Amino acid sequence: MHQYEKTGILCSKDFQIPTEEQLKKGVAILECVQEIPCNPCVASCPVHAISMKDINAPPMNDFEKCIGCTKCVGICPGLAIFVIKKVGKKAWVTLPYEFVPVPKVGDTVQALDRTGSLRGTALVKKVIKQGKTMVITIEIESTFAMDIRNIRV
Amino acid sequence: MRIRSHPIIDFKKRKELPFYFEKKKFVGEEGDTIASALHAAGVKTLTKSLKYDSPRGFFCGIGKCSSCLMRVNGVPNVRTCIAPLKEGITVEMQDKLGLLPDAEFFDKPKKTLQVNVLVVGAGPAGLCAALESAQHGASVLLVDENQCVGGQLIKQTHKFFGSKQERAGTRGIDIAKELENNVLQLQKEGKIQVMTDATVIGYYESDKNHRFGVVQRCEYLNSLYDVRCDAAILACGAMENMLLFPGNDLPGVYGAGAVQTLMNVYGIRPGDRVLMVGAGNVGLIVSYQLLQAGIAVDRVVEAAPVIGGYNVHAAKLRRCGVPIMTSHSIKEVCGDEKVEGAVIVRLDENWKPIKDSEEYIKCDTICLAVGLTPSTRLLSQIGVDSEYIPEAGGYVALHDDSMQTSISGIYVAGDASGIEEASTAMIEGKIAGLAAAIDLGCTKNKKLLTQYREELAHLRAGPFGEKPRIAKKKIAKMKETHHASI
Repeated sequence: MHQYEKTGILCSKDFQIPTEEQLKKGVAILECVQEIPCNPCVASCPVHAISMKDINAPPMNDFEKCIGCTKCVGICPGLAIFVIKKVGKKAWVTLPYEFVPVPKVGDTVQALDRTGSLRGTALVKKVIKQGKTMVITIEIESTFAMDIRNIRV
Repeated sequence: MRIRSHPIIDFKKRKELPFYFEKKKFVGEEGDTIASALHAAGVKTLTKSLKYDSPRGFFCGIGKCSSCLMRVNGVPNVRTCIAPLKEGITVEMQDKLGLLPDAEFFDKPKKTLQVNVLVVGAGPAGLCAALESAQHGASVLLVDENQCVGGQLIKQTHKFFGSKQERAGTRGIDIAKELENNVLQLQKEGKIQVMTDATVIGYYESDKNHRFGVVQRCEYLNSLYDVRCDAAILACGAMENMLLFPGNDLPGVYGAGAVQTLMNVYGIRPGDRVLMVGAGNVGLIVSYQLLQAGIAVDRVVEAAPVIGGYNVHAAKLRRCGVPIMTSHSIKEVCGDEKVEGAVIVRLDENWKPIKDSEEYIKCDTICLAVGLTPSTRLLSQIGVDSEYIPEAGGYVALHDDSMQTSISGIYVAGDASGIEEASTAMIEGKIAGLAAAIDLGCTKNKKLLTQYREELAHLRAGPFGEKPRIAKKKIAKMKETHHASI
C-alpha cells in the first residue's frame, strides 16, 4: 500500500521528478499517480509531451519535450498539475486556484505545502483565467520549489 | 446565510418572495424551494419525529427521505425540499401524520398522452436517454420531480473526469446547461415534451402498450396524466445512505448531496463548521466545495483504512489544511435541538471502536457521504426482476447490455441501475435511449450502440471501475439465469 492512500499526500518517489536542468527550463509536474479514467491533459499539450497508454493509465510527461507553457494546469480536472521553473535563487510555481478572492499580480500571499502548512510568503507574478479556474504563478525561495502547492490570499 | 461571493457560481440576488411560516412573515428568493428559503432564514427544524417528538430537518434535500414534510396552504405532507417557493404561501409544521385536507387535488378530467418513449428522471442518464431516443425519431415525454432538469448535475461545480469526447474537463453545471439546451431545442421542434415538477405515481394495467400515471403539481389544482408509451426508461437516480449513531436525526445532519444542493443550487450556507463522514469521491469533492463556499471543514473521517476517493481530490483538500483521518468514524452527535458537536472514534483493523480513543469536535453540521442506494421503487412496482447486488449499492433491476429489464420495453439507466459516476450514467442513458429507438423501428443504427458500449467499457476499465464492473457482470449473468428459468 502507498502512504498516500492513507494520507492523501504524495511524496517525491510517487511521481516523475525532472532534473535540475529541466527545472531551469520550466516543466509541468503531473501529480496524478492513480489509474483513473481521465485524459484532457494529453489533448491540451501543444507539443505532445504528455502521453497516456490508455485512458486509465497515469499520464507521463516527457520533460525534454515539455516547454512549461502551463496550458495543462488549468485544464486538469483534478487540479493536479503544477509548472515549476527555477530562476536563480528563486522558483516560479504555477498552480491552479479556485477560491475567492483572487490575488493580483504584485500581491504577497501565503505559501502552503501539500499539508496546508504555512511555509513562507510568495509574490504573485502572473494571474491567468482559464474558464473558472485561475492559473496563478508565484515566486518563492528555490529550495521550496517541490513543496509549495497552494496559496492563501 | 446566503452565499454572495463564490469562485465558480455567480449568485445574484433574485426577486424577493414573501411567505408565511408559523404565522410569521419570511422572505425567500425566486428559485428557492420552501426548505431552502427557510434555511436561508435560519430555520432548520422542519418537522418532528413521529415517535419521540424530537426536531428534524431534511436529510437528502432531493425529495427522497421524507424528513421535510410540512403543511403548505393547508395541504399536508408536501416535500418542502423540492416544492418551489411561491409568493404569499402559508407554511406550517404539521401535526404528526397530517390531516387529510378538505380540498380538491386534481383538475378534471385526466389527460391522456400517447408517446413512443417515457423517460422518468431528467438527470444525466435521463437527459441523455431522452435526447438519444428523440434524435433517432421517437416521440419522447421526459418527466422530473424537480423545478428544473439536470438532476444532480446542477450542483456539480467541479470539472468532470473522463475522456475528452465525453466532455471531460467540463464542469457538471455546464454539462447540465448544454444537455438542457439540447432538450429545449428538441422540445421546440416538437420531438420531446418536458414535464417538470411532476411525479410518475405508478404503473397500471393496459391492454397493449405500457401505461403510467403522472401527476404534475400546479399552484392550485394538480393535473393527472394517463401516459401510454411503447417503452419507458427509468432513470430515477439514487438516495443517500444514512448511518446509525445517536443524534443522526438532529437538524444539521445532512447527506453530502443535500449540503451540495443547499450551497451550489440555492446559494445557502448549510452551516459554519462541518464534519465530513466518508472519504470517497463524494465526501472529498463536497468538502472542497464547502471550502470554496467559504465554509470551514473541520476534518474528514473515514472508517476504512484507506481513502476511497481519487488521490487528486484528497490532495486538494490536504493542501488547504483539511485533515483526513482514516480508520475513524462518527460515534455520536451532540446537541439538543440542533447539532452542536460530534464525537469521533478510532477503529481497529476489524473496524471496531478502540476504547478511550474518542475525541470531541465542535461543529454545527455533519455531512454523511457514506454511499448511495439505487431508487428502484417504481421498477419494483412494475414488477421487473430485481436482485440485491452489494457492488451496485442495493437492489437493482436486472438488465442486459441494452439496459432492458426483464419486462420488454422497460429500460433502466444511471444510478438506478447500479451506483456509478455521472460520466457512465450519461452513456448508459444513451444506450437505453438508442436501444429503445431501435426496438421501436425508428432507427437501425446498431453500430452506434456498439460504440457506446465500448466507451462504457473503457471508462470502467481501471481499478476504480472494479465495483461497477463486478456489479454489471453479476446483473447480466443473473438476468440470463432468470430468463432461462422462465
